[in-house]
Amino acid sequence: MAGGRATLDAAAASELAALRRRLRRSERRRRLEAALLVAPLFLFLAVFFLAPIAGMLWRSVENPELREVMPRTAAAIAAWNGEDLPDEQVFAVFAGELREAYDAKTLATAAKRLASDLEGFRSVLFSTARKLPDEPRRPWREELTALDPAWGEQATWAAIQRAAAPLTPLYLLAAVDRQVDASGQIVPVPPEQAIYVGILLRTFWIGFVVTALCLLLGYPLAYKLAALPTGVANLLMILVLLPFWTSLLVRTGAWVVLLQREGPVNGLLQALHLADQPLQLVYNRFGVYVAMTHILLPFMVLPLYSVMRGVPREYMRAAASLGAGPLRAFLRVYLPQTVPGIGAGCLLVFILAIGYYITPALVGGANDQMVSYFVAFFTNQTINWGMAAALGAVLLIATLVLFALYARLVGLDRLKLG
Amino acid sequence: MTRQQFAVSAAVVAAGALLGSSAGSALAQDLTVTSWGGSYQDAQRKVYFEPFKQETGINLVEDVWNGGVGAIRAKVEGGGQEWDVVQVEAEELVLGCEEGLYEPIDWDAVGGKDQFIDAAVDDCGVGTIVWSTAVSYDADKIKDNPPTSWADFWDTEKYPGKRGLRRGPKYTLEFALMADGVAPAEVYDVLRTEEGVDRAFAKLDEIKGDVIWWEAGAQPIQLLGSGEVVMTSAYNGRISAANQEEGRNFKVVWPGSIYAVDSWVILANSPHKEAGLEFIAFASQPERQSHLPESIAYGVTHREAAAEIDKEILKDLPTAPENLEVSIELDTEFWVENIEPLTERFTAWAAQ
Repeated sequence: MAGGRATLDAAAASELAALRRRLRRSERRRRLEAALLVAPLFLFLAVFFLAPIAGMLWRSVENPELREVMPRTAAAIAAWNGEDLPDEQVFAVFAGELREAYDAKTLATAAKRLASDLEGFRSVLFSTARKLPDEPRRPWREELTALDPAWGEQATWAAIQRAAAPLTPLYLLAAVDRQVDASGQIVPVPPEQAIYVGILLRTFWIGFVVTALCLLLGYPLAYKLAALPTGVANLLMILVLLPFWTSLLVRTGAWVVLLQREGPVNGLLQALHLADQPLQLVYNRFGVYVAMTHILLPFMVLPLYSVMRGVPREYMRAAASLGAGPLRAFLRVYLPQTVPGIGAGCLLVFILAIGYYITPALVGGANDQMVSYFVAFFTNQTINWGMAAALGAVLLIATLVLFALYARLVGLDRLKLG
Repeated sequence: MTRQQFAVSAAVVAAGALLGSSAGSALAQDLTVTSWGGSYQDAQRKVYFEPFKQETGINLVEDVWNGGVGAIRAKVEGGGQEWDVVQVEAEELVLGCEEGLYEPIDWDAVGGKDQFIDAAVDDCGVGTIVWSTAVSYDADKIKDNPPTSWADFWDTEKYPGKRGLRRGPKYTLEFALMADGVAPAEVYDVLRTEEGVDRAFAKLDEIKGDVIWWEAGAQPIQLLGSGEVVMTSAYNGRISAANQEEGRNFKVVWPGSIYAVDSWVILANSPHKEAGLEFIAFASQPERQSHLPESIAYGVTHREAAAEIDKEILKDLPTAPENLEVSIELDTEFWVENIEPLTERFTAWAAQ
């Protein structure tokens, strides 16, 4: 019997194993199906979202210019110990490559990189290249120093050595107002050049104020909309969405017209005798707050509205029947249930706001510009993409830190985007 | 067009230009000519672009920019072939030429160097206009004691209100020094010293809170027209155009103005170099050039064309002898050496 039982057990076990295999196989198939369904989106994100961000981060530390334009100089100066001046051999290699680069018209690339480290380097390079003799009448070290005294300074060659390294901290340090001094220490930049930390703080402050204004205006509006019958609410919702469908440029331009000295808003204020003379409402921080709040308001109203629609009216009535006054019922019963909407709206508006560029550029003054303005300035005007990438990276990191802080304090599960 | 409509369109044009406008996205066979927008480009369209299209059958499309050799660098090194011919400012001509961003000009095809004023001749470009940046004000609003100098521009007690200046160190530093009492002829000598640059920035500190910075050439006219600023620096041609086309009464203050030559260049990566040269040659003919000042008050570069200009029109041009006498020429050499470091310093100064 025991043998029979063993056979039975074995049969059951093998059946169980087969069942498990089938189960596993079908589970694998399901997982594969799920993976295939997600794959296009995942690929899209990888190619158009993650790769550019990685590229940007890479560009903020990349240091290829001197190594491309003057490869032999870059190799030769690596061995220099950083004291006094490099050997005559480094000077000779450099002089040869300076001529080649000037003739090949590639010198500007190296000049731009060196000038971003040491001010005035561009003109030193070009004026030396223009006057460079074919054959030196004396050692190259003396020849170059005679053409420009900068070649006799240790700081000049230290900058070249820094530019010859495969990676550079230059841009990231500059983005937080720091630099490497001649002895290799990280020190703050001179106060008249220290602007980016202030601009970063300004960016977050403007983002914070705009978010607060949007919440202040958006919350009562969403509350009212959620309380209305669906038909009317939908109609009113279109009014919220209408500006959403209008071009950002047109809306910003319209604010310039409305707020300018002889615009309708100033006209109205004067007609009502609320102001004796036209107020400065645009080309300053006030204009930035007004225009950005208007543009970003729908991003606050939409998540709030969708959360509020889901809060049953009965709860408030129940709170009232249990003796809570309207304010208490609102604070203790209604408000906590809308926190996911508040969180989502604030996060959305804040993150969009700190990336704003065109609106502050048009309605703000020179000291209302945010980080993005400088990213654009370095991208389009001076073509210092290392600096543009570094500022972008600092903004990204600061935003991620804030996001992590939010997740820690409020919790991501309490976030509802619609 | 009402004032409001004008303001909106001006703001939108400015915004488009800020975004690095790519209006008129070109097909591969089109010749793209990039200029400075607004009433100036309207005049160019009438005098050069449309007749060129008709006579040659080449489809010319336009784009607009606001200057900066960096923008050209990005077009050439970025590999995009959107622009073929660009009108550049004097220091952009030299900087870009040194970097190999432009195609050398075949001067025989354009008619020979000796046909043009000296400042218009360069290995990489053909000068096309002589233009001025000057103080401008609305004579309908300031009727008594109008401003006559940069010192008046800085005088916020005598002329309360905001002032418009072009964003950037070029012109701004020169104007600041003239406002501080430096004689026009000595401006660049002073600016070549470190103390001179500090002095200019110190003078700018005085009116920092009163300045609205503009970028596109159409903006100062809009700012002045809407009463946003009491006076502004502006390109002289735009001022005359606003008076002609919109019945304005804007005045140009010639003393202390700075004039410069803008040039046509062909970008080194342009696939339409021949058509580009053909266009430049076309736009440099004296019979074409001589019509430009009728539409916009800029001087021209071809000696014959310059000689043909009507006296009545000439008096509003930077090239009129009485205007030349009280203005100074932009020192290209100074700006070639210093535009990048001073732009960074200016940007840091403005942001603080």
